[in-house]
Amino acid sequence: MAIKRFPIEAGHIMMFARSVGDDNQIYYDADYAKKTEPGTIIAPPTFVQSSAQFDPDYFLRPKVGQPWFGSGKEPTGIKPSKSGGGGGGGGGGLHAEQHYEYHRNVKVGDVLTATTKPGKTWEKEGKRSGKLVFTESITEYRDQKGELVVTARGVGVRTERPVDQK
Amino acid sequence: MALKASELKVGDTYTERLVEDLKRTQIVQYAGASGDYNPLHTDEIFTTKVAGYPSVFAHGMLSMGMTGRMLTNYVGDGRLTKFGVRFTSQVWPGDTLDGTATVDAVRKEGGVTYVDLTVTTVNQNGVEVIKGNATARVDG
Repeated sequence: MAIKRFPIEAGHIMMFARSVGDDNQIYYDADYAKKTEPGTIIAPPTFVQSSAQFDPDYFLRPKVGQPWFGSGKEPTGIKPSKSGGGGGGGGGGLHAEQHYEYHRNVKVGDVLTATTKPGKTWEKEGKRSGKLVFTESITEYRDQKGELVVTARGVGVRTERPVDQK
Repeated sequence: MALKASELKVGDTYTERLVEDLKRTQIVQYAGASGDYNPLHTDEIFTTKVAGYPSVFAHGMLSMGMTGRMLTNYVGDGRLTKFGVRFTSQVWPGDTLDGTATVDAVRKEGGVTYVDLTVTTVNQNGVEVIKGNATARVDG
């Protein structure tokens, strides 16, 4: 995955903060944010995950003219995709771990790029879902000057069968 | 707003109710904001009939996002330097989650004072759904 342009926008931060139930005004109000230590609207800690919005190929977003595996007339439009496995899991995949290192705050007005490289892959026998295949990916978010802003390490897991709820 | 090293002790905890009776609509809201439209989180028909789960379930990142809110409320705005978690159990509509940060260490490195925290989020049955760690800059 590579994202050429991830503009950090106030409206996007507002919607994201709402979705995680965060009413801290630093995410909503530029005048309020001015008086805080960061001095500007910043992104909540897990916000960079929403860079998916700016990934043209992100496979967990319906795209114009392409089949989608969610339900319509039938329970699924297509067979679940076998691709992915990194960041947020996918059809049949789940998100196992997520780690962030913050080199500086992400601020409104930043325009970031993101490049992802694969990490380790390992297997484990799970009690509740059969064989588990873990896949790691490392994403570097950099600013306009090429400086590292956030390093993200995600681990996806593909299960042999749905996780037993017992 | 920010924490002071002199006021922190190993073993100190901070807990916050992250969500009470998680609604499917909030999961939809998170899908829309984050861009992760995996039907496992929003499409009950796909998730029960095709994927084989009892219902839709929350994005791990929604639970992590809400846990992050607890952390920033505790350590202050823009103070986190690290935050990482494992998703140890799924989160379902109707769940009530509490997030806790526990002080592991207060230390100095390169003239900056940091607090290391263990982070856990549990559901209404006491089942841990998130386990991880975070580090934040504190006032020395």
